[in-house]
Amino acid sequence: MTKVTLTVNGRTMSGECEDRTLLVHFIREKLGLTGTHVGCDTTQCGACVIHMDGHSVKSCSILAVQASGSTITTIEGLAGQGELHPVQAAFKEHHGLQCGFCTPGMVMTAVDLIGREGGKLTEETVRAGLEGNICRCTGYHNIVKAILAADAEMAGGRQAAE
Amino acid sequence: MYATSYHRASSVEDAVKLKSANEEGKYLSGGMTLISTMKQRLAAPSDLIDLRHIPAIRGIRIEGRKVTIGAATPHADVAASRELAAICPAICKLAGHIGDPHVRHMGTIGGSIANNDPAADYPAGLLGLGATIVTDRRSISADDFFTGLFETALEEGEMVTSVTFEAPEKAGYAKFNNPASRFAMTGVFVASTAGGVRAAVTGAGSSGVFRHPGFEQALASNWSPDALNNVAVDPSNLMSDLHANAEYRANLVKVMAKRAVASAG
Ligand SMILES: Cc1cc2nc3c(=O)[nH]c(=O)nc-3n(C[C@H](O)[C@H](O)[C@H](O)COP(=O)(O)OP(=O)(O)OC[C@H]3O[C@@H](n4cnc5c(N)ncnc54)[C@H](O)[C@@H]3O)c2cc1C
Ligand code: FES
Ligand code: FES
Repeated sequence: MTKVTLTVNGRTMSGECEDRTLLVHFIREKLGLTGTHVGCDTTQCGACVIHMDGHSVKSCSILAVQASGSTITTIEGLAGQGELHPVQAAFKEHHGLQCGFCTPGMVMTAVDLIGREGGKLTEETVRAGLEGNICRCTGYHNIVKAILAADAEMAGGRQAAE
Repeated sequence: MYATSYHRASSVEDAVKLKSANEEGKYLSGGMTLISTMKQRLAAPSDLIDLRHIPAIRGIRIEGRKVTIGAATPHADVAASRELAAICPAICKLAGHIGDPHVRHMGTIGGSIANNDPAADYPAGLLGLGATIVTDRRSISADDFFTGLFETALEEGEMVTSVTFEAPEKAGYAKFNNPASRFAMTGVFVASTAGGVRAAVTGAGSSGVFRHPGFEQALASNWSPDALNNVAVDPSNLMSDLHANAEYRANLVKVMAKRAVASAG
């Protein structure tokens, strides 16, 4: 057993696990944060997307020991003080989910995408940004709409702050 | 996944030492191929030697027109490098279309070329650029490095530390994605370099990435998509699988080559 220490959603957390334990299982089973999902075993669906040191990654294809020492944000870390993150609010507003299984990964992917290319997203760049995320329900249309709306709202917020 | 032991290497020397002490071990870079394969129980290394925390093999260095990319540099960093895009935009574009954003945040150039998947993008880029692969013990030209399906010139325990190349006069890459996996069903990289015109094809050859002398000769005398109209692509050495048969791939090779030339300008 190896001790893994992570900063998760702003808190330092540790746990013991085998070297072969996947980060997603560590997060769900050791830390009890079950918002991050597992939808495949081929690294293709994106239900497990979290942020590691500020970048979106598939937590089903990283070992917990590989991540030790890093800073992690999961879906549970987005909403502040009972208020939804603008991307979460936009998914709700624009009906960007049906069963909700892919949603944590979609939202974490969208937050990363807006962080990198925010303010200049188009339907085409949003669809390209979702290449690593699969949704069996929505047909993507409302997910794209929600992300574009969140991008516009967050860009407005940034401008107002300047 | 079978049990394994994890080691985090702090330097190239440390990594090579750990590897030689653990014969059944493997280097671990982004893990986007290796961890996936271990999950399927198709690989079961006794030990994993993590290269992601060795600062010396991470990052892009540009001196004049000489480019050096550290082995542990993620695809996303190559895709986003403004300095590199200023002298060789084709390699940035290639990196920016590997897999998806999350795969690009973890997957690295060293892991990609060491793995030498016959449908991977970087092998075409490096063979097309006439790059040199630098390891812990020697330098290997791309022409000698990629030796077959998932086969390279790397010896037991040998570790890629960087790749280097001279920025070409112009270069272009065009890829026809497999829509499910995003790997190349065919990808062609063309470059006009100091050493002549080079054209490398991935995703199609039945023994992995290869150069196409017919394209190279035609482009050397006339750098334009139309110069390739009458160049034949022989399907007999191309792959046939459930995604595409050899004849279909032969046509794709030509179409992608023309698009690559067009994108190079
Ligand atoms: C969903 C998905 C889509 C993908 N799509 C594409 C695509 O479109 N195009 C494409 O080209 N690739 C694609 N890939 C593969 C991806 O680019 C991998 O990141 C890459 O092939 C392997 O790099 P890595 O750093 O993850 O290596 P790892 O998985 O860590 O290692 C791969 C192999 O290389 C060895 N190795 C690693 N580093 C070194 C080194 N420095 N020296 C010697 N040996 C080393 C390892 O021991 C292992 O055998 C995809 C992967 C996934 C999961
Ligand atoms: S569970 Fe990670 S990509 Fe599907
Ligand atoms: S909402 Fe059901 S999988 Fe996306």
